[in-house]
Amino acid sequence: MPLSFIVAWIPGSRIRVLPRLARPPARITSLLAGVASITWVVTGASLAHADGLAGATLAQKGNGGTPACMTCHGAQGEGQAAAGFPRLAGQSQAYLLKQLQAFAGGERKNPVMAPIARSLSAAQMRDAADYYAGLPGWKQAGAPHTPSAQYAQGLKIATEGDWTKEMPACFACHGIAGEGVPPHFPALAGQPMAYTQTQLNAWRAAQRTNDPLGLMQAVAEKMSDAEIAAVSRYLENPSRPGKEK
Amino acid sequence: MSFRTWYESQKQTRKFHPGWIVMAVSGVLVVAGIITIPATLVAETAPPPAAAAPPAGTSDHGKVPGTDMPKVIEQTPDPARLRNAKTIQVDFSPPPDETMPTGEFGQAVRLGKAIFTDTQTYARQYVDNKLNCVNCHLGAGRKADSAPLWAAYGMFPAYRDKNKHVNTYEERLAGCFRFSMNGKAPAPDSKEMVALVSYSYWLAKGAPLGVELKGRGYPQLPKPQQKPDAARGKQVFEANCALCHGADGQGTEMSGRTVFPPLWGKNSFNGGAGMSKVKNAAAFVHANMPLGKGNSLSEQEAWDVAQYLDSKPRPPDPRKGKSF
Ligand code: HEC
Ligand code: HEC
Ligand code: HEC
Ligand code: HEC
Repeated sequence: MPLSFIVAWIPGSRIRVLPRLARPPARITSLLAGVASITWVVTGASLAHADGLAGATLAQKGNGGTPACMTCHGAQGEGQAAAGFPRLAGQSQAYLLKQLQAFAGGERKNPVMAPIARSLSAAQMRDAADYYAGLPGWKQAGAPHTPSAQYAQGLKIATEGDWTKEMPACFACHGIAGEGVPPHFPALAGQPMAYTQTQLNAWRAAQRTNDPLGLMQAVAEKMSDAEIAAVSRYLENPSRPGKEK
Repeated sequence: MSFRTWYESQKQTRKFHPGWIVMAVSGVLVVAGIITIPATLVAETAPPPAAAAPPAGTSDHGKVPGTDMPKVIEQTPDPARLRNAKTIQVDFSPPPDETMPTGEFGQAVRLGKAIFTDTQTYARQYVDNKLNCVNCHLGAGRKADSAPLWAAYGMFPAYRDKNKHVNTYEERLAGCFRFSMNGKAPAPDSKEMVALVSYSYWLAKGAPLGVELKGRGYPQLPKPQQKPDAARGKQVFEANCALCHGADGQGTEMSGRTVFPPLWGKNSFNGGAGMSKVKNAAAFVHANMPLGKGNSLSEQEAWDVAQYLDSKPRPPDPRKGKSF
């Protein structure tokens, strides 16, 4: 930004300092002023984007001791289903930042992510969160799973819950089809089955304890292994509700 | 000749119908009842269960009465307790969705559920706020202690103080349209009303009629120790509710659909709604909020936060300001 101010100042000043040069017509003055202000805007905008750029560098190249995020979270932040590494792309900035802080602070335990989070400065955490929040979120991929008993069970838990044991539907908090309700309720749609399963197990065992009001733990502690498996599978590729006639 | 072959032969000749057996048995029971009931009434004040003679109509289906009856019938209280229906509570659980009927009636049931859970889409023209029926009747109208439909259906017609006459079930639904949804009621014979009644009726399948079922309404709280206080309620709200309903109480919409419903303001229920009474709101909140953590607030906290909700502006009671 300071640079662009100088650019804006020079043309104007030259005109005043060298009055005997063939006086540029007013048109040229205004042209120069126009170019200057465009420079000013563009520079300002790219400075505002600097966080995202720094985040992209961190994601693609890492930083000193910190490995590149993309080696685990995918080139587009889409995660790695086989390894159970979560999708980060499209998750809200506030949520991603909160999780990085939780790994670093120990409220969320994970032997892989904790040291990585601890190696990041506060600014780098923000940069990475900005970058991944800006990438496109999950889109329904092809047809949902072929219907099966497990699929039906997962669908039911996600859309209706089980009130006979005081368990609300996942989508009551996580939004229609698990699209997320920023900033507190993350998107679940498109997360690898193994990842969702790990998180639900961690809450049930009180190993993850960073949820506000204990809301997520209250849900997980009511779930059986079979229910956790069914809903985690369903959430890999959930469908949007159809219409009743 | 065995009994079975005799029975079959009688059936073939069509001179005999299995219903006769039922008629005979129930006839005997009725006679026995006529003889024994007055006798016991003299002996003691409470009569024994009136001989549960099934109406002869059950035999139309050619089934032995009792085999197809839902379990809850066994828990039907005896007449003496029935007379005090307000004070007894019977357990009941509604049938699972997988057993929804097919055909035209099944379609009405399904539409009823759709209207109930997504009123904004399926009964848009009758609603003038951002709520859906399910917002106050959780679990698609199934959850106990959140005024479930299966517990309501068998309790109407009933006299209501609110409008000082006997209300049909349709009229009860109309009340929630007018006040809770700040809208206008569909006509009793409209597609929407028929669907909502069909859904309720189906959920109540097998429940005894006219009996207070366990889980009906919102469980009323005893009077609080301290007078409900909106200032304390505000703190309860900020700590336990704002996360979902927003600091401004306006809830959250995603993709044009209400996820967390507004608690006050022009998009919420109006001043005539049941929820606008502090005692109803306290009862609902205590049993059902925060979502998934019902019964976690203290009773005092529930009263205080209800008082806070009551201190906020909302659409006026449509009955007020009109000349009667
Ligand atoms: C060696 C593999 C690996 C690398 C490299 C890695 N992560 Fe992770 N990350 C994981 C795993 C595994 C989890 C899931 C942890 C768990 O189960 O709780 C995770 C979880 C996360 C989460 C939480 C996501 C959610 O939805 O809650 C965030 C945020 C995150 N990582 C950010 C990063 C950033 C930023 C980087 C780069 C600086 C990075 N990760 C590098 C493996 C990795
Ligand atoms: C009452 C509200 C509520 C309900 C219902 C609910 N959740 Fe959550 N869930 C939360 C909150 C809040 C968080 C964020 C926790 C945090 O801030 O770390 C969360 C986080 C999660 C996460 C971690 C996501 C990530 O990437 O870090 C998973 C997985 C999850 N929920 C799955 C589910 C499933 C599956 C269900 C249904 C069985 C469900 N949730 C129902 C409130 C809820
Ligand atoms: C703002 C909350 C709210 C909304 C929205 C709402 N209701 Fe109600 N409803 C109530 C309250 C409060 C009661 C009274 C409960 C009590 O007396 O314990 C009630 C009672 C009922 C009852 C009678 C229950 C009984 O046991 O007697 C029925 C049936 C009913 N509502 C149906 C509906 C329908 C259908 C809709 C949607 C068109 C709807 N409600 C929307 C709050 C609501
Ligand atoms: C985890 C999110 C969450 C929290 C926290 C929460 N609610 Fe709710 N609340 C909901 C949802 C979702 C509904 C609608 C239920 C449904 O449709 O199944 C609701 C419905 C309601 C309703 C009836 C509908 C309306 O708009 O009037 C009231 C009243 C209410 N909540 C009050 C509260 C109060 C008071 C608190 C704090 C003590 C609270 N809620 C905490 C999610 C929440």
